[in-house]
Amino acid sequence: MVDHTASRGTTLVSVEPSLWAKSGTALWRFWRMQPLGAIGGLLVAGLIVVAVFAPQIAPYGPKITEFDAYLAPNDMHIMGTDHLGRDVFSRVVWGARLSLYVGLTSVGIGITLGALWGVITAYFGGVLDATTQRLVDVLMGFPPIVLALALMAVLGQSVNNVILALIILLVPTAARTMRSSVLAIRELAYVESAQAVGCSHWRVIFYHLVPNTLGTYIVLFTVNIAYAIVVEAALSFLGLGSPPDEPSWGGMLTAATESLERAPWIAFFPGLAISLMVFGMNLLGDSIRDLTDAKLRGQIGNE
Amino acid sequence: MYTYVMRRMMLFVPSLIGVTVVIFVLMRAVPGDMAEIIANEAGTQSAAVVEQQIIQIRAEMGLDRPYVTQYLSWMGGLLVGDLGYSYWEKRPVSKIIAERFPRSMELALLTILLAMLWAVPLGVVSAVRQNTWADYVGRIISISGLSLPLFLTGILILYFLVTVFYWLPPLDFANFFDDPVENLQQLIWPALAQAFYISAPITRLTRSQMLDVIREDYVRTARSKGLTEHIVVYRHALRNALLPVVTFIGWWGGRLLGGIVIMEIIFGVPGMGTSLIDSVNHRDYPTTQAIVLMMALVFLCLNLIIDLAYGWLDPRIRYT
Repeated sequence: MVDHTASRGTTLVSVEPSLWAKSGTALWRFWRMQPLGAIGGLLVAGLIVVAVFAPQIAPYGPKITEFDAYLAPNDMHIMGTDHLGRDVFSRVVWGARLSLYVGLTSVGIGITLGALWGVITAYFGGVLDATTQRLVDVLMGFPPIVLALALMAVLGQSVNNVILALIILLVPTAARTMRSSVLAIRELAYVESAQAVGCSHWRVIFYHLVPNTLGTYIVLFTVNIAYAIVVEAALSFLGLGSPPDEPSWGGMLTAATESLERAPWIAFFPGLAISLMVFGMNLLGDSIRDLTDAKLRGQIGNE
Repeated sequence: MYTYVMRRMMLFVPSLIGVTVVIFVLMRAVPGDMAEIIANEAGTQSAAVVEQQIIQIRAEMGLDRPYVTQYLSWMGGLLVGDLGYSYWEKRPVSKIIAERFPRSMELALLTILLAMLWAVPLGVVSAVRQNTWADYVGRIISISGLSLPLFLTGILILYFLVTVFYWLPPLDFANFFDDPVENLQQLIWPALAQAFYISAPITRLTRSQMLDVIREDYVRTARSKGLTEHIVVYRHALRNALLPVVTFIGWWGGRLLGGIVIMEIIFGVPGMGTSLIDSVNHRDYPTTQAIVLMMALVFLCLNLIIDLAYGWLDPRIRYT
């Protein structure tokens, strides 16, 4: 409590709201402004909680095969068991962790590297820009899944190789998008004056260009996390992503396709998990984009 | 127009060459080359004999030459139509491609056709009757199509077919010219699944384009001339609204090709997709190389055609 004493002897008291109250109000406002986004946010938050607390939530380990195969959902196994006798519920829970790990790492590294590449080459221009853009053209000339398959064929099956393949997939798109973003603001007055005052190139890039292209970066980031997770699932589904013993939701669907008639639950639960996750991320991403777009509209050069 | 075409072609050729270089480098980066695989597959023999065989096969296949020479001879072969020899299927790769390429392309065409037939009218209706229940229903359907990952939609449709209609993908594939009815029966389901998936962005784009175009002055002029609403919407507004949709299809073509691989696997269509997965699993690198190249080639050609068509359709582009 802060005590302001006015000159006439009356006491004005102002109360600083606590951190809890402030976050509560912010969330409430977000719910009112973007109800769909809030639903998406809940789904994504649920996903994160499940991923982080997987060891506590899952009743059994994801790779343990001691149970009877093809058990329908019952008390012991609330989502049944799969064709190798593994508990489906535990695999779905650990799968959340794997999906989040793959999604965040590949997008974090890939989009950031691509963005840096795009920004730096767009700023310096010239031969550097021209040659790297040819490389980006070539990489974007491949259908993405086909390129990812070829990369996995070369690298071999493992979760980290999937991340590497995803990074190679994401870097060109990020580079191209960020490059066009920088090209739009490179010739503006404040960049020129920063250079005239004697700012080094790196200072101009990191203090002026990057903050003003942050909106594009955020959009790239949010759009591609769901994409990366789905590509990992697709690759694992085709048998060329995560190794089959890993609890990848896509990988769980491969075996499930053969036993669709006798044991639909093996496919149903991972499928449901993927759908909810994509749906939630799309909703959340859309509303974040709406919000940041409105906020960033005031920034120089972002109209 | 001529300079536009020339400039566009100049982008095409280096990209194509770059693609071949990337594929070549990728395939050479595999640990253990073709010679080792072939020799080891020949059966159990003493290590020294296997070593001998490896060196011999390498000399036969030309794998001991410098990389540049190998690349040039591969490119030379490509220009003549020689795509290498598949050691798994024991026949030239070009025969495999000739057999499977038309099937995949048929699936792709069917998918695009279905998607356009469904999505464009839906988008037009959504735009013309904005914020009515038709609009909302259309938007919900299209968002649900996009929210499910493609392979999930495919599995759901397969599940539906298997449990409700007791229909399984047949083992023998019927070519279009042999038996069109059977052929379409087999291909309609993967095409439908993927069309559902890609119709979402097409609907959204058509809708937003139509909304923009309907506010334009020339539409108002057309209406005030007394033309029927039907002519105004379809002859004047839609034509101009469709141009970005056409470019979009070109851009989406890459993901379409990737989706075809997935659809072929789920529905058992023996096209390029199944061949790609098989060849990777069997380490049949000549086939993998050729298929990846064909797909990239199709994608690049598609973009080229779309860009040229766009330049022809919209005269404003030619002068940029």
